[in-house]
Amino acid sequence: MNGTVAHLSRRYHFAASHRLHIDALSPERNREIFGKCNNPFGHGHNYVVQVTFSGPVDAATGMVTNLADLDSFAQREMLDHFDHANLNTLEYFLDLVPSTENLCLELWRIFAEYPHAKLERIRVEETGNNAFDYFGNGAKIKHQE
Amino acid sequence: MILLTRKADFSAAHFYWNDSWTEAENYRVFGKCANRQGHGHNYTLEVTVEGNVDPTSGFVVDLKQLKDILEREVVSVYDHRHLNHEVPEFKTAVPTTENIAIAIWRRLDGKIPNAKLHRVRVYEMPDLFADFYGEGA
Repeated sequence: MNGTVAHLSRRYHFAASHRLHIDALSPERNREIFGKCNNPFGHGHNYVVQVTFSGPVDAATGMVTNLADLDSFAQREMLDHFDHANLNTLEYFLDLVPSTENLCLELWRIFAEYPHAKLERIRVEETGNNAFDYFGNGAKIKHQE
Repeated sequence: MILLTRKADFSAAHFYWNDSWTEAENYRVFGKCANRQGHGHNYTLEVTVEGNVDPTSGFVVDLKQLKDILEREVVSVYDHRHLNHEVPEFKTAVPTTENIAIAIWRRLDGKIPNAKLHRVRVYEMPDLFADFYGEGA
């Protein structure tokens, strides 16, 4: 099973608050666009982030990437910043609506830096009923379900 | 063309070990997974096949037949077994989730009538899974 390419997916959980709001627009227009998500006090979600990496399965370890490496990367680069945080206060969202779509893009930027495997997909589930996928540069994963 | 997915569950023990390494090296790379007494998981297997809908039956594959194939080729071999000690492909390969997905693909490939294997997904736990789309995919 040497050099054969597999995909590995890992799911991480964090809880965060946010408010969808655009300063340049009037309060009425913000409410019109964002509805209850525009509540000035914010609201929160239990987010689930599913990251998918591909790569050859290492003949010695049987792994695409060592999970301990991936988990410590996710902890340091994502969870330490996002868990129990207000997304609007994070640097990336100071001038950008913290929609789950934009969250996908920022998480792609973060996990694309992971050195040991190729990032294929970022999925963010904001609630059990909505999920957002980003495949990088608009490209679809080769075998998207 | 339609994709059809069937799930199956098995519970098995395993540990991660590379015989060509020292004990210290095995523990450094594999952490607690290197405990040679083994540990276990409830695995969930999802097998996705692709094919055309038969105009008479309305099926891509006969689900009962697919269930029986999964039982015969995989579940009866893996369920309530120690993967390192009792499943031949893991005499030489570390039974990681990636290698389990590859091994199951190889067990099933060519055995499902009227359909082509599209994906084998193996969940080791709900937050960790591996996908395999075939050699050269």
